[in-house]
Amino acid sequence: MADQTLRQWLLTETPTSRRHAKLSALYQGWLTFRSNTMAMVGLGILVLLILIAAAAPILSPHDPFVQDLGNRLAPLGSEGHLLGTDSLGRDILSRLIYGARITLYIVALVALIAPVAGLLVGTVSGYAGGWVDIVLMRITDIFLAFPRLVLALAFVAALGAGIENAVLAISLTAWPPYARIARAETLTIRSSDYIAAIRLQGAGSLRIITQHIWPLCISSLIVRVTLDMAGIILAAAGLGFLGLGAQPPSPEWGAMISEGRRFILDHWWVATMPGLAIFTVSLGFNLLGDGLRDVLDPKAGE
Amino acid sequence: MSLPPWLKTTLVTLGSIAVTMLGLLFITFIIGRVMPIDPVLAIVGERASQSTYDAVFQELGLDKPLIVQFGYYIWDVVRLDFGTSLLNARPVAEDIARVFPATLELATLGIFFGIVLGVPLGVLAAVRKGSWIDQIARVVALVGYSMPIFWLGLMGLLIFYGILGWVGGPGRVGIFYVDVVPSVTGMILVDSILDRNWDVFKDAFSHIILPSALLGYYSLAYISRMTRSFMLEQLSSEYVTTARVKGMSEWDVVWKHAFKNIRVQLITVIALSYANLLEGSVLTEIIFSWPGIGSYITTALLSADMNAVLGGTVVVGLIFILLNIFSDLLYKVFDPRAR
Repeated sequence: MADQTLRQWLLTETPTSRRHAKLSALYQGWLTFRSNTMAMVGLGILVLLILIAAAAPILSPHDPFVQDLGNRLAPLGSEGHLLGTDSLGRDILSRLIYGARITLYIVALVALIAPVAGLLVGTVSGYAGGWVDIVLMRITDIFLAFPRLVLALAFVAALGAGIENAVLAISLTAWPPYARIARAETLTIRSSDYIAAIRLQGAGSLRIITQHIWPLCISSLIVRVTLDMAGIILAAAGLGFLGLGAQPPSPEWGAMISEGRRFILDHWWVATMPGLAIFTVSLGFNLLGDGLRDVLDPKAGE
Repeated sequence: MSLPPWLKTTLVTLGSIAVTMLGLLFITFIIGRVMPIDPVLAIVGERASQSTYDAVFQELGLDKPLIVQFGYYIWDVVRLDFGTSLLNARPVAEDIARVFPATLELATLGIFFGIVLGVPLGVLAAVRKGSWIDQIARVVALVGYSMPIFWLGLMGLLIFYGILGWVGGPGRVGIFYVDVVPSVTGMILVDSILDRNWDVFKDAFSHIILPSALLGYYSLAYISRMTRSFMLEQLSSEYVTTARVKGMSEWDVVWKHAFKNIRVQLITVIALSYANLLEGSVLTEIIFSWPGIGSYITTALLSADMNAVLGGTVVVGLIFILLNIFSDLLYKVFDPRAR
């Protein structure tokens, strides 16, 4: 170890332990990922987003909720308000910074709910086979055949407007592709020899699914989730724009565009700035997703 | 007693269509039941006596078991009866029939732009893989996937209507042209041609061009990407090499050989993105005050008009499913490998 650098240790052809092999594979994946400039840009955007969200109270020059009616609709670059103020005189920059928290919150919740639900349905369906498989896959197909935004609209109508309900509605429409992927992976894994070996050792279905099938489904799910994130952000912003997601005075970006829409011809910056923020973040997720796909799932690239 | 294979396939397909549609209706039915709106109160009002309330409760069939109610619901939908709108007391089906042509007109022109620009762009990007045109196609698609459609619509209005004044503003026609031509198809471009009223046609065109170009951009992003990957697959196959070795011109190789083989795949992609456009027009319609089904559903949603929301959802859902099935069938009929 002593005459070896960390880099050499990570790049070794003969790993000495399982953890060593895992770390080595991870490092090599990182090297491939790092050579992809666009993916690094995407990663940079997202790291920046997380930092901004975390440091929102320090970074924002004003309170995002404090109104100043004497100074409403101030243009870009006015004194103390770099990105101007909205129709109630609130500082747009501060609201954008706090809005990053809401965006991250939505993304994190959907990324937790939808893939887990899909993983559960898909692996059970693929592992059990037979009638369970047929019924579960029919249900998945029905949800897939449904127009997603309209379904989310109807769900929000039933549940009531609000950010948590928007997350729930988006998750309810987002899980089916994950179930499909997880099922396909399960079908290939199920019949492999090592699963037969574990079963002979006396492992039950639950143990096989959770310990041996789930870990192998994760990487393709991560790629898909990252690629879907942009769509999820756009859907959440769309619901916010329609007044069905985050409620005022919340600085959610979609809702901010909706507020600025009334003044678009005279005070263009009010709606333009939050739109740029949404665009940047979903671009970041798309770039990152493309890069991750190349690393984790090289076949799907071209 | 065994069925001939074609009959069996047909039956299986019809069965799966029926199951999918039933599933769609089941979901909207459940949504209707869990909605925090009392359908009886919405009809009789808060001051009705208990006996009136009970009478309406029974008339709506709410005293029956859920499964029976679901049966009634299916029967209503089959007869295209979505109930009456709580806002204007008109049958929802009539309202939808009135607003739907506006959406159809918008989405159709949108998909036209998507095909006319997207297919050649995709083919060029594949033929000149790695060149500047491929990079442009990539950026166009990436931006399309990342841009909120309602925001792009606002920016379009700001630039092309507010600043440059090249196009008409929100709405389908200017205020002077409202109801000038008789409504035959409900699509103003078509109606004005039928009426030979070119002033209305010009005005309507100046209003539809921006929202439909916008929708077209979104389908262009998807169509050009798919065209590119289909073409790359063909161009790397051996028959293309053979054709080139024979000395065939590049134009003929690309268009007469490779492109011919992706037509079926391409049509399925176009059918899918057409279905997506019908849905994607929801947000666009709101930005452009376009009186289509998207505006209809969202207006109903914000005023808690439950029948209208569910009716609209069912109609959009059915069309979406039918287009999906259509693209599937097309694939099976025209691509011998899929049979």
